[in-house]
Amino acid sequence: MKYQLREYLLSRRFVILLLLVAAIGVLITAIVAHFRGAYVSDNLSFYQSLWGGGAGFVAVLSAVFFGGDAIAGEFQNRTGYFLMGLPLRRATVYVGKYLAALVASCTVLMLFLGILVANGALYFGAGALPGQLAPSLALAGAYLVSVLAMTFLLSSLFKNGAYSFVLTAILFLAGFSLLQDFMQGLAQLQPWELISYASQTIGEVFQPRVNWGLYGVGVKAADVGGGGGVALHTGNVVAWTPGIAEGAVIMMAYWALTLFVGLALFKQEEFS
Amino acid sequence: MTSPSLEACSLTKRFGAFRALDHLDLKLVGAKCVGFLGPNGAGKTTMLKLLTDMIFPTEGECYLNGISVQRERKQALADVGVLIESPEIYPSLTPRQALEMVADLRGIPPQEAKVRIPEVLAEVRMEDWADKRVGKFSKGMKQRINIATALVHDPEVIVLDEPATGLDPRGMAEVRGIVRGLRKRNRLIFMSSHILQEVTDVCDEVALIDKGKLLFYDTLASVTSRFGDGHTTLDARLARPADPDLTVKRAGALSGVRSCVVMEPTRLRLNFEGPPAERERLLRDLIGLEIGLVSLAASEDALEEIYLRQISRGDL
Repeated sequence: MKYQLREYLLSRRFVILLLLVAAIGVLITAIVAHFRGAYVSDNLSFYQSLWGGGAGFVAVLSAVFFGGDAIAGEFQNRTGYFLMGLPLRRATVYVGKYLAALVASCTVLMLFLGILVANGALYFGAGALPGQLAPSLALAGAYLVSVLAMTFLLSSLFKNGAYSFVLTAILFLAGFSLLQDFMQGLAQLQPWELISYASQTIGEVFQPRVNWGLYGVGVKAADVGGGGGVALHTGNVVAWTPGIAEGAVIMMAYWALTLFVGLALFKQEEFS
Repeated sequence: MTSPSLEACSLTKRFGAFRALDHLDLKLVGAKCVGFLGPNGAGKTTMLKLLTDMIFPTEGECYLNGISVQRERKQALADVGVLIESPEIYPSLTPRQALEMVADLRGIPPQEAKVRIPEVLAEVRMEDWADKRVGKFSKGMKQRINIATALVHDPEVIVLDEPATGLDPRGMAEVRGIVRGLRKRNRLIFMSSHILQEVTDVCDEVALIDKGKLLFYDTLASVTSRFGDGHTTLDARLARPADPDLTVKRAGALSGVRSCVVMEPTRLRLNFEGPPAERERLLRDLIGLEIGLVSLAASEDALEEIYLRQISRGDL
């Protein structure tokens, strides 16, 4: 793991990602400074909108950057032939690369959090960190490990890094959201199968009346943008909000399943 | 300490309908250098990849130092140096870092690695480049570092897949020098190669494979006598150009000489039938012809002739 981590930390893509996240941070700082009223009414809505909205995006970006070609690249760049001659279990190689990508991604996520906390301290004082930030961080962590595990699985399916990189980016940056919109808006189904749905919990934790349960709540069409009335499993539900426990379970299920399948695929992969 | 060994038991590998290896049995025991020959697509690299668990057999099993590669990969590869398909080392690493990584992953104590790494870098003549990034190296330099990574733990068994392929003549000569050095250190070296000259030069034994089947495995001397149809191919070097008619006629008429051909103006090829002791007499006879003979030696192309003959037999 330490060698792969060093490879990541010395890579150009790590520097680019840090710069990208720093740029996003600067942009957020500028927007918050300009539209102060909309974001700084209280620290809960500040973290809900900025951390809740941004952490998932940064996690996906990191996973795509570090995991997109993590396995496929070993075939494409022929570095796998170097590793496979060593007396290492395939699982060790896979898990080591996964952990290295996780640490590198956490570094990026922490940079993003640092920028937001600095902004929060400016507007609400240094001690105004909401208690909900801790569970939100845990949920962001759960989202990151599961997104990364799924990215590794997709990377194990290809022997060309570009394919896995592009597929992962499309899937996480657009695919899941589109599918969620389709399921909720057109099929009027609760999208509990989708990780994008579960990731909403990162921001939901900051809601004053947070649902910590295992079941999400649906919002009627008539209530969207209205008063937040809820209706469970009714015909005209168009949006769903996951329960915190529900979101955590979905993310952990994604993590366990995709890590297991990805590892099984890699164990069967031939360096032919 | 047991002898190093490498064994393939009824090894079969199919890629779809294509049978790359067909129930191949091969057992190598003891310190020696074995050349693994065969035309393109014969199954050489497939065999080496199966031996190192890069691909999985359809049937059969491989053993390195008596340990099953398929069942106990980590233990089987522990005392083996591998160089297959000219791998790429992570470009951000320097040779020293790459070797430190390999040493660490192989469980070599840091103090031991500190001594061993400069030694192995010197062995492949890369000590002056030890702290430059591998990404900027030429193909030949990368290959030398690859060889160094295969040797850093001083393995008992070394598996090399065409180590000199793609190198310039100097690089090829250097790789041969490295392999010769390893042979002197009592290692079992299993080396695939297209270059018959290389095999003749550095190997003690040779295994020939074609269409996934082992055609023969024996010492070089046995192979040349066994498959040479009782004849020896000799090259006579001359100090001055030979007269194409007169020299060929006179040399061809000598006892035991079945044919004589001018290969180059100053090189004759003789097909000689007779025991080794008779060669002394042949040498005297050739000197007596006063054709400017300066040397008489077994042809370096003898293995090539056998190789081509065996392969073409397989084509029939």
